[in-house]
Amino acid sequence: MSSVVLPAPAQAPPRKGLSEETFWGIVLLVPYFAVFALFVVFPVLYGIWIGSSPSAYRKLFEDPVFLSTIVNTIVFLLVAVNVKMVIALGLSAFFLHEKAWIRWLSVLFLIAWAMPSIPTILSFRWMLNPEWGMLNALLFKWFQIDGPGWLTERHYGLGWAIIVHIWKSLPFWTLILLAGRMGIPKDLYESAAVDGATRWQTFRYVSWPSLRGLYLTCVLLSTIWSLGDFNSVYLLTGGGPIDSTHVLATLGIRYLRMDQVDVALASIIVAMPAILPIVWYMMKRLSAEHTQD
Amino acid sequence: MKLGRDWPLYLIGIVVFLWTIIPIYHLLIIALSPQQEAVASGLFPRNPTTHNFELVLGAKHNMVQFFWSQLGASVFIAVMVALITLVIGACANFAITRIRIKGGRTITNIALLTYLIPAAFLAIPMYKTMGAYGLVDNPWSLIFAMVALASPYAIWVMNQAATKIPRELDEAAKIDGASTMQIFRYVYLPLMVPTMVAIGTYALLLAWNEYLYAFLMLATENRLTLSVALGNFLAFDDAPWALLMATGVIYALPPTAIYYAFRRYMVSGLTAGAVKS
Repeated sequence: MSSVVLPAPAQAPPRKGLSEETFWGIVLLVPYFAVFALFVVFPVLYGIWIGSSPSAYRKLFEDPVFLSTIVNTIVFLLVAVNVKMVIALGLSAFFLHEKAWIRWLSVLFLIAWAMPSIPTILSFRWMLNPEWGMLNALLFKWFQIDGPGWLTERHYGLGWAIIVHIWKSLPFWTLILLAGRMGIPKDLYESAAVDGATRWQTFRYVSWPSLRGLYLTCVLLSTIWSLGDFNSVYLLTGGGPIDSTHVLATLGIRYLRMDQVDVALASIIVAMPAILPIVWYMMKRLSAEHTQD
Repeated sequence: MKLGRDWPLYLIGIVVFLWTIIPIYHLLIIALSPQQEAVASGLFPRNPTTHNFELVLGAKHNMVQFFWSQLGASVFIAVMVALITLVIGACANFAITRIRIKGGRTITNIALLTYLIPAAFLAIPMYKTMGAYGLVDNPWSLIFAMVALASPYAIWVMNQAATKIPRELDEAAKIDGASTMQIFRYVYLPLMVPTMVAIGTYALLLAWNEYLYAFLMLATENRLTLSVALGNFLAFDDAPWALLMATGVIYALPPTAIYYAFRRYMVSGLTAGAVKS
């Protein structure tokens, strides 16, 4: 409704120095830059600095808990990530079915992800209590079996930590892979059906080629995020019995609580050779994707 | 019934249902059991009672004596994280997608690098950093930490939403003589409301649900968030589990309700990004 049409400034030749737009662009980026510098970059540099004393590494390698923690972490990552992603891949096909009850189930299925993790982990912990927990009580009542100490034996403890971790994060990855499957054009499936493809062939030659890239991204991201999962182990077993179920995520905090910050950071820095290739690969993927736009 | 061909679907459905519901069901029945019976474990509570909830809401047990101030701390921190993330995210996003400042893509990518640091690994130097800033045992340390963790996702999702706003709107406003900040206020913000709802909810839940950072950075008992207070129950061998579960239910209800209320917004932002990659 403006009555006067101003000469369009967009067509004016670019001025030297800061235009009004660029000035505001920089000003508007300052808050995020400040947060990123103060609470991401600085902690990382500070951490590298604290964790750079050789004596910290000597203490770390002399600690017998360190070796078992490395083993636990590798087992945790290999099992948790792969089992979770394969199940998520399968479930995403299940939730693709257009049936009302499956849609309702998918809404309910999300609750594990929607709920905060603390109450459910504590629920698991109490359920698994060897003397008073529901699991052993029912095992005895129904099968007259004396259940083991689910959280007081290393292998069971770690196994349950993996289950709790999968329980919490499965809906998220299923949702991502479901979105990936929804992006596959329907006519591909129709022509596969016309050609008489079996279920396996349809997956192998239609779904998988489209999902492969996304699946790999999910596995890598999930590896990093699972490496940072503190809650599933700490709140379930507390790293015990006798520090036998620690993973790197809880070991660092254990050293921090023992006032050995340098050892805590050393325990993180030793994991870098495993993480940095993933980071490098993910960054390459991200920037490649952007140049395609 | 034509169970025949569909039986594998039903089987998977039953497994998925049980898998999802068992820990939550267990949480609820223990919360509804009398203190002494939280140990007598059957599939159903024999004498269901709301006594535990009364104890928690009335702060009438020494384990829950700070319930209301801890709830207040959780609310304050979650709301502040949501607000600050929205402001920071919208400003950065406007600069990147509307002003199209040079290197906007790179800025987004570098921000996303934050998520390639495992959370528990960043927590330790972050804790030391808060000490260096003099923020230990101060709710603002947790607020800033969570803002740093929520902002990259906010910027990323907003970038995708903002590129769908036609540039002609900005051009038209410019021709009408609008300044950059007027475009921000009157063109950009109103169109971004749905995305801002999603991001605000995301940041709110992220902060409310956080355990590790809160556990490290807060110490004074009546200023803890509820998540840390719940974890602290475990310090006692004879923890009153029924009370713990009741507190857990109360703590879990608001975020779950909010999540389901805004589910559509939340899921679409997330999956839009997933399909692209």
